[in-house]
Amino acid sequence: MEVAFAALIGIFFTVAIYLMLSQHVIRILMGVVILGNAVNLLIFTSGRLTREVPPIVPQGQVIADVSIANPLPQALVLTAIVISFSFFAFLLTLAYRAFQELGTDDTGDMRVAEPVNEPAPPTGY
Amino acid sequence: MAETSHAPIDLSVAMITQAPALADWLVVAPIIVCLTGGAFLLTQRKNTALQGWLAMLILALLVAVCAGLLMHVLNNGPIIMTMGRWLPPFGITFAVDILGAVMALVASTVALFCGLYALTEIDEQSQRYGFFPFLILLLGGVCGAFLTGDIFNLYVWFEVLLIASFGLLILGNERPQLDGAVKYALLNLVATTLFLIATAYLYALVGTLNMADIAVRVRMLPEGAPINTIVALYLVAFSMKAAAFPVFFWLPASYHTPRSVVSAVFAGLLTKVGVYALLRIVVMLMPESRSLFADLLAWIAAATLIIGVLGALAQNDIRRTMGYLVISGIGAMLAGAAIASDLGLMGAILYAVHSMIVMTALYLVCGIMIRSAGTHDLRKLGALYGRDPLLAAIFLILALAVSGLPPFSGFWPKLTLVQAALETGYGWLAFAILINGFFTTIVVGRIWVMSFWRGGPATTPDGETIDLTAMPDFPPKQRRALLLPVMGLTVLVIAIGVLPRPFLTITAGGAGGLIFQDGYIEAVLGKTANLQGQGNMTEPHNASGESQ
Repeated sequence: MEVAFAALIGIFFTVAIYLMLSQHVIRILMGVVILGNAVNLLIFTSGRLTREVPPIVPQGQVIADVSIANPLPQALVLTAIVISFSFFAFLLTLAYRAFQELGTDDTGDMRVAEPVNEPAPPTGY
Repeated sequence: MAETSHAPIDLSVAMITQAPALADWLVVAPIIVCLTGGAFLLTQRKNTALQGWLAMLILALLVAVCAGLLMHVLNNGPIIMTMGRWLPPFGITFAVDILGAVMALVASTVALFCGLYALTEIDEQSQRYGFFPFLILLLGGVCGAFLTGDIFNLYVWFEVLLIASFGLLILGNERPQLDGAVKYALLNLVATTLFLIATAYLYALVGTLNMADIAVRVRMLPEGAPINTIVALYLVAFSMKAAAFPVFFWLPASYHTPRSVVSAVFAGLLTKVGVYALLRIVVMLMPESRSLFADLLAWIAAATLIIGVLGALAQNDIRRTMGYLVISGIGAMLAGAAIASDLGLMGAILYAVHSMIVMTALYLVCGIMIRSAGTHDLRKLGALYGRDPLLAAIFLILALAVSGLPPFSGFWPKLTLVQAALETGYGWLAFAILINGFFTTIVVGRIWVMSFWRGGPATTPDGETIDLTAMPDFPPKQRRALLLPVMGLTVLVIAIGVLPRPFLTITAGGAGGLIFQDGYIEAVLGKTANLQGQGNMTEPHNASGESQ
């Protein structure tokens, strides 16, 4: 099970990195989303995978008899999902505003903050 | 509810049964102040007459709380507080040692001065868009990162401060800001995601997120465990957050675009959180793997020192020059982490403190200079001495401090680092630090000569001064209000330079805590925690993982 998930995570990372190497902001954003999901799956798999035994201790017992699912990665994944989702929402808005103002989504052409032919600083008085 | 579950269970094994001592609440007090204060200010967003002063009140309270926390830690050693009643390593722990408390105190002090500056600089519209709530929430993220003892929690604080910094960065909605923010946001998000990836692998390896527990378990790892790979991932992530060579490009792309007070806050706080995380996670928790990467770190440090300052030398825009100076300072701190003797770490911490204060002050001064002269172009600046001699004096002090010349704050950390480098056989690293100081002197000296000393813009003949009344309008009242916080920071710079003893003692304590982790581990896991006997408290997943 873990091996299959590891392969799937590998595919996710490959796609994410390939997309993030693009010059266009919208593809980079797609890459960021897939990267976030790759990390979520990675955390989930890091906690080891078990078949459907929920982490609930039966009433009257102190510890469960059978091996149960690890609840911690699920809590971590939930947190990570919320964070990556809100960041993605912000980045989408930012990219759209930048596209409106700068007229391009090509990072090679986004040179307003760092102009191309900036003059050299003075070397003398 | 059935009453059958009344079997005598000893909860004290796994649960906290007594409320923490009142003084220990100081551990979370900075975060409580920031989060409630930020939320309250958000409701007062439209009340522009009052919210600035309310923010000052909250920031002053934050400084007081952080100072109290540092005193408490200095007197009693590392203190902890665990959430949700679960004993460490199960509950989320906040653990503060000297390093964390010092960084939190300096960060909140710097933020207070920036807040005072912002009262004058930030216009009403930007206040309505939430400058002050963002500032306080950013501080919440920064303090949280300095105080937490849980590695996933550290990630969460990184994200808190990141989202607040986005809000500050695009305040004003100008074209360069949007351009810079795209690069800043994407690269920083990738860096924090990389940090999360490394944390996921670390969890898979050691089965815990509590930092003290990680330190214990990393020592017990079997031969061949891929801990070095994880440390390499952490190094990349934290170098990116700290803006070290070769992953610093988001910083010069964005730091010169926002309001100068926002740049000042960023320069003071954000990159230092990356350095702090590097010291805490790599240097303290995984010392063996760090020594494996020591030479690589030293090379990165030297490259950051040299390339950072060369970048500063090549800039025409004084704000961008300052951005590159921030980067070259990061190189000095990484040099301390590479050496990692107690002297080296002490130098790194002291340099972080110095850099937080000086870089913030320099950005604020640049803001005043740009207002005075109406330009940030080095070719067009000039005659500022005639306009404001006091500002010229302050800039000179800060310039000497950032170059590492006595008797100002930059001298002592550089001296410590050079001495540590020579003692541990890193002579070339000491050379890089000194070369960096030499070039930094040229960079800031050139700015001072060109903008203050000469009589006007580039073509003004020698010995003549342009008509000062022709310069942009800058009411004296406003100028005084902007100068006051800068003067406060300058006093700190001089104080560290002239009376270094308390600062040296405290940062030496912080460095000692990084090298001898047992005090920290004991404080978190309890005095009885036998460092070997921890193995029988294994997480459930270890058993379940093998049963597959």
